[in-house]
Amino acid sequence: MDKMVPYPSNSIVPERDLDKKPILETHHLGVDFGGLTAVDDFSITVGRTEISGLIGPNGAGKTTVFNLLTNVYQPTRGDIMLDGMTTARKTCFQVNKMGIARTFQNIRLFSNMSVLDNVKIGLHNSINQNLFSAMTHLFNYGKSEKAARDEAMSLLEFFDMQDVADSEAGSLPYGAQRRLEIARALATHPKIILLDEPAAGMNPSETSELMENIRRIRDNFGIAVLLIEHDMKLVMNICEGICVLDHGKVIAKGSPDEIKSNPKVIEAYLGKKKEGDANA
Amino acid sequence: MRKFKSINKFTRTGIISYLLVILGFAIIFPLQQLGLINHSLSGQLVPICTYIVMALSLNLTVGFLGELSLGHAGFVSVGAFSGVIAAAGLQDKIAFEPLRLLIAVIIGGICAGIVGLIIGVPVLRLRGDYLAIVTLAFGEIIKNIINCLYVGVDKSGLHISMNDVKSLGMENGKIILNGPQGAVGIDQISSFTAGVILILFALFIILNLVNSKSGRAVMAIRDNRIAAESVGINISKYKLIAFITSSVLAGMAGVVYAMNYSTIVAKKFDFNTSILILVFVVLGGMGNIVGTIIATVVLYMLPELLREFSDFRMLIYAVILIVVMLLTNNEKVKLILSNTTGKLLSKSGKIIKWKGSADNG
Repeated sequence: MDKMVPYPSNSIVPERDLDKKPILETHHLGVDFGGLTAVDDFSITVGRTEISGLIGPNGAGKTTVFNLLTNVYQPTRGDIMLDGMTTARKTCFQVNKMGIARTFQNIRLFSNMSVLDNVKIGLHNSINQNLFSAMTHLFNYGKSEKAARDEAMSLLEFFDMQDVADSEAGSLPYGAQRRLEIARALATHPKIILLDEPAAGMNPSETSELMENIRRIRDNFGIAVLLIEHDMKLVMNICEGICVLDHGKVIAKGSPDEIKSNPKVIEAYLGKKKEGDANA
Repeated sequence: MRKFKSINKFTRTGIISYLLVILGFAIIFPLQQLGLINHSLSGQLVPICTYIVMALSLNLTVGFLGELSLGHAGFVSVGAFSGVIAAAGLQDKIAFEPLRLLIAVIIGGICAGIVGLIIGVPVLRLRGDYLAIVTLAFGEIIKNIINCLYVGVDKSGLHISMNDVKSLGMENGKIILNGPQGAVGIDQISSFTAGVILILFALFIILNLVNSKSGRAVMAIRDNRIAAESVGINISKYKLIAFITSSVLAGMAGVVYAMNYSTIVAKKFDFNTSILILVFVVLGGMGNIVGTIIATVVLYMLPELLREFSDFRMLIYAVILIVVMLLTNNEKVKLILSNTTGKLLSKSGKIIKWKGSADNG
């Protein structure tokens, strides 16, 4: 499967990315847990600098897709191509090194550590420091720590969090914790960032700030964003391509306008119209 | 004072712990030289130093890595006996005692590190309490192996046997390890100064490690394994780094400990010793360097101070342990403590509040 298989009918790659290879492709991805098929025949294509959304009713398998993409679960069928390379038989941390970063639905910060240290941990693989200089603080320790600190601070500044750099991460307000998790994910220098319900529990003003941030992430870092979200206003506003999942299967793909008017999507969210309802 | 508080808490912990050790040395060393310390305390100085190093190294596994190890005495034992053998083998070749001790300490550390690697590679890949179970078994295995190990040295080099002294086949050689009787005829070359230097070395390594890329990775694994993996941290690698560093330091402590006595038996490093070290760590605070040092000194001295209770000594020791543990976990007592002693003492030593301690309150 080294050769790229085009999916013209499925493609939701925006026009500006068309001349480049897509950053993420999945081919007929599926996973079974025992006898239960959680995700089946999941094929998407995400452009290099695209913001795309993964939506669907509760229990549709959206987070399972994220766990498949980051190799938390090994797929039973199909394969994942990141920038033309397969992620099969890679472990979680290797997948992150390849360029997939993620946030979690229930925030997973290192809550006893400082905000700055959280971002520094994200920078782990780009800090040039061997074990000997770590234990003795000799050689390039000072230089590498300073470089890490500077980069972490500039990331925090990007999210307007430079003032709380020394606070404990767990003591931050909810919205700031979400931002910090995104900053930590960005620190790993990803090619694509997966956001799992970034707007969950946010008020409308925080949500609109988040929308602005997601656009800025794409524009500043030039990376793709794939997000799971229940807030339709956010999804319809910022996503260029949307994929709708129900019972582990893709039921629709397309631009926000196409999705809005798709009868299958309406049925998945609101239920099927009964025969007799029209007369009632 | 405000300026002192504003500096990085890692740096602050470092300064306090170094000062504590150097101050202790500066007070006790002249007294010892002048003969003002009674004989029983004087004999306790090297063991206290080495127990501090053992507790500090165990704190790396338990406090910073968040894995329970119940066989820490096993690593101490490996270090102690390999160090003793090395020192005996080098006795004729190197006359300068501190250098011989240094080489013995390094060899003891390396041997303990290799054993740590052998245990860590398969076990640290697993999640859960497997490390506790395996290290528990390891401590017992090491004790029993050393119990039936015979080692001697003569002109042609080292002789090792698992049967008896005769099967060593030496001519005019010197027996170093005599099975159940343990190591005999050790040249007592370790000193209080060597112990303090070892503490400073352990502090240097641990404090530096904690405040580096590798140390942050280790603490990230403890705090949230899934998140750590998601930001590209190789979990097994950093678990192994912390565990081996911990074993090496334990092995080094073992050498300095053993070289303080003329004989040492494998039974000394049994399960009880492992638990004793673990008690020092738990009471001192997991991930708390300064607390570990203080707890080790106090708890090691306590049985001596309680000598007048004779038969009830260990009973009272246990009661004190329980009371201290209950009090240090009580929010009200914590508040009173922090108000009376000022925030400096209560916060300085604490690097990171361990998850468990918050839940018990």
